[in-house]
Amino acid sequence: MGAGHAHPLYRAGDSVVHRLPAHVKIVVAFVFVLAVVATPREAFAVFGLQFLLLVGVWTVARIPPGWLAARALIEAPFVVLAVLLPFFATGPRVEWMGMSLAVDGLLAGWNILVKGTLGVLVSVTLAATTPLRDLVSGLSRLRVPSMVCVIATLMLRYLEVIAAEARRMRLARVSRGHDPRFVWQLGATVRSVGALFLRSYERGERVHLAMLSRGYTGTMPAFTTASASTATWSVALVPAVAAALLAMSGYWAW
Amino acid sequence: MEPHTDLVAMHMSDGIVNAPTSVIFGLVAVLGLALCVARARGDLDDRTAPMAGLVAAFVFAVQMLNFPILPGVSGHLLGGALCAILVGPYVGAICVSIVLLLQALLFADGGLSALGTNITNMALIGTFVGYGVAVALRRVATRSRGGLVVVAFVAAWVNTVVASLGFVLEYAIGGEGLALGTVFGLMTGFHALIGIGEGIITALTVGAVAAVRPDLVYLTRGAAPSLTIKDQGVRS
Repeated sequence: MGAGHAHPLYRAGDSVVHRLPAHVKIVVAFVFVLAVVATPREAFAVFGLQFLLLVGVWTVARIPPGWLAARALIEAPFVVLAVLLPFFATGPRVEWMGMSLAVDGLLAGWNILVKGTLGVLVSVTLAATTPLRDLVSGLSRLRVPSMVCVIATLMLRYLEVIAAEARRMRLARVSRGHDPRFVWQLGATVRSVGALFLRSYERGERVHLAMLSRGYTGTMPAFTTASASTATWSVALVPAVAAALLAMSGYWAW
Repeated sequence: MEPHTDLVAMHMSDGIVNAPTSVIFGLVAVLGLALCVARARGDLDDRTAPMAGLVAAFVFAVQMLNFPILPGVSGHLLGGALCAILVGPYVGAICVSIVLLLQALLFADGGLSALGTNITNMALIGTFVGYGVAVALRRVATRSRGGLVVVAFVAAWVNTVVASLGFVLEYAIGGEGLALGTVFGLMTGFHALIGIGEGIITALTVGAVAAVRPDLVYLTRGAAPSLTIKDQGVRS
């Protein structure tokens, strides 16, 4: 196991994007997504240009588009909502292939679809180029209170404890004749959730005693990340600022 | 992992509400969390910080477990009431927020611009409403373990339904397309069902913890009589 260094969406690399300090990337991602959300829904071309900006970032980061597309599928449930909107919305309707669709609903559905897709692609890009530990230290650089960073660090470590404990409990069930077909397995998992919590907690207590005996004082070792120079900031903010300018242009140019 | 098929998932994506609404609820979330961090210092010491981390990890892990409620629609744990009963409302809200933050950053689950609305619904509204219900019923909860389990179920159900009303409020302010009545009906209807699953998981977990380690349940802390030394009258 990656022991807290990797996560499912991380794609190791050594590009300029990978080497950027995490707090810079978090800020850039937030500004970019807000710019996308602020874009008026009728400015169709702006969304295309914002997508091209992302393609540019992927080229620099050397992430293949197919790899990203597979991981962006988490958005699928919202596509369902977007597809439903034209049928349920009120207002003037158009006939299309024998179906009566609401114009406002079509636009609203498109709005959720395009903004949701671009948003997920931005999140996946951030996750793909930033390892776990850097994300938490990036948050602490952005003045997220140290208590939150400590809980987040402990949480990421306990995730592996819980996953390992759940594997052990599943192995124990299977070796006692449990039928591991999916639906039944789910039922047993739900019933053993309480036991899983207790076992994880009591292991956590032992881990805590081990930490104390190794000099833990209640705070995690200082999160150190390189600070970013003005030059780094200005280069990194280029895609975000470009997206914001495009969003503004959408209000009068299109 | 099974693909998420929540038809109206609580993890809102980008673009469901407009930019001003996202920013407003982002500020609500930041202010609410700042208050929680200030108040949580009293609840948290070097022993309970790992507990908070564990509760957060547990919510994170159990949120991966989707339970079907209708064909094509499934729900997953929100965890507000569970966190509030085990670690208290302030630490609990911080735990759920951390889960949402890391899910958005690491798994692209829930949009970055929707983080404020998601935190407001699930971490702030969900946790505090769940805790409020649990406190109102504390007399039942402290009577017996069965009572505590029932209170956990009720608190989790109310937490889920009220959190979905948060979404309805945000949609009313900054969403477009659907009539508000439709949104209200869909959200409360689905979440009344999701709340049953939420209630069962919460009740089972709290029940198991209370059976073995009642000292870990924040809600009933101080209710059980502490151990006393009784003089048996030493005969010799």
